[in-house]
Amino acid sequence: MKAKLVITPKKAVLDPQGKTVANALEHMGYAGVTGVRVGKYIEIDLAPGTSAAAADKALNEAALRFLSNPVIEDYRLEIVE
Amino acid sequence: MTPIQAMRFAVLQFPASNCDQDCVHALRVLGAQAKLVWHKDTSLGEVDAVIVPGGFSYGDALRCGAIARFSPVMQAVSRFADNGGLVLGICNGFQILCEVGLLPGALIRNRDLRFHCEQVFLKTANFETPFTSGIRRDGVPIRIPIAHGEGCYFADTATLERLQAQRQILWQYCDAHGALTEAANPNGSVLNIAGISNERFNVAGLMPHPDRAVEGILGTEDGRSILSSMISALESRRASAVAAA
Repeated sequence: MKAKLVITPKKAVLDPQGKTVANALEHMGYAGVTGVRVGKYIEIDLAPGTSAAAADKALNEAALRFLSNPVIEDYRLEIVE
Repeated sequence: MTPIQAMRFAVLQFPASNCDQDCVHALRVLGAQAKLVWHKDTSLGEVDAVIVPGGFSYGDALRCGAIARFSPVMQAVSRFADNGGLVLGICNGFQILCEVGLLPGALIRNRDLRFHCEQVFLKTANFETPFTSGIRRDGVPIRIPIAHGEGCYFADTATLERLQAQRQILWQYCDAHGALTEAANPNGSVLNIAGISNERFNVAGLMPHPDRAVEGILGTEDGRSILSSMISALESRRASAVAAA
């Protein structure tokens, strides 16, 4: 059982990495890219038999307190078997 | 009469702090006492003020300051600040104070993705604080070095409006004449913000390093006026405590 956490910079926050990657894609000839946000991906292994609901609750709390910074980042949490 | 005792500063030390000794040295040059306090310590001991120094605490894992925030010593710093104690965060220390929530906003990657190590000019935006009262008021900006890759200050619009209304912006990047220009902004910080304070004006943070600017041999002594403002503020506090006793 795993938790997958995707963290991205908020829309209002400057993302110079995303902008640089978008520029590079354009220079490489990949047309139609209208925006890139560079964030983080965190994979957390969970003990077998962990309740998905309990893990979801605990990790949402951890995501808000620690794993992401809500001032500058959004996150998406997924629990998978 | 009892002899005048020097003001006592705690300088925190995390794994990968690298300006802790600079801070201790700078404070001693200015006549204060300074001792290092390890990140696992749960108490600051008897001190008058705290400096959270620069560096790369815990290797900047996850986000700058994100891990340091949960260290035992930071719980002690939060209590110290809640009780009105003076706390200054420099560079990584500023990032930590934002992460722990003692200061609003966050520090993100420099807009040009580069590490900047250079002298900058700072305009002081509020002289009525324990961190700024001794800074020159003749309109000439102070000159202090920066050394950071993630010093771009960000806060949402509501927070920025509050910071402005309550005069919590203490220092802004400016040119040699004190003008707040885009060119003088080394990292893309909103409103050219280099340093801010909390609402009570007892906790402040800034990206530039006053600790690296207290001796002429290093190119500028302008950092003295920030640290000596704190020392003067502590002396006034002590004098009023004695008068009240």
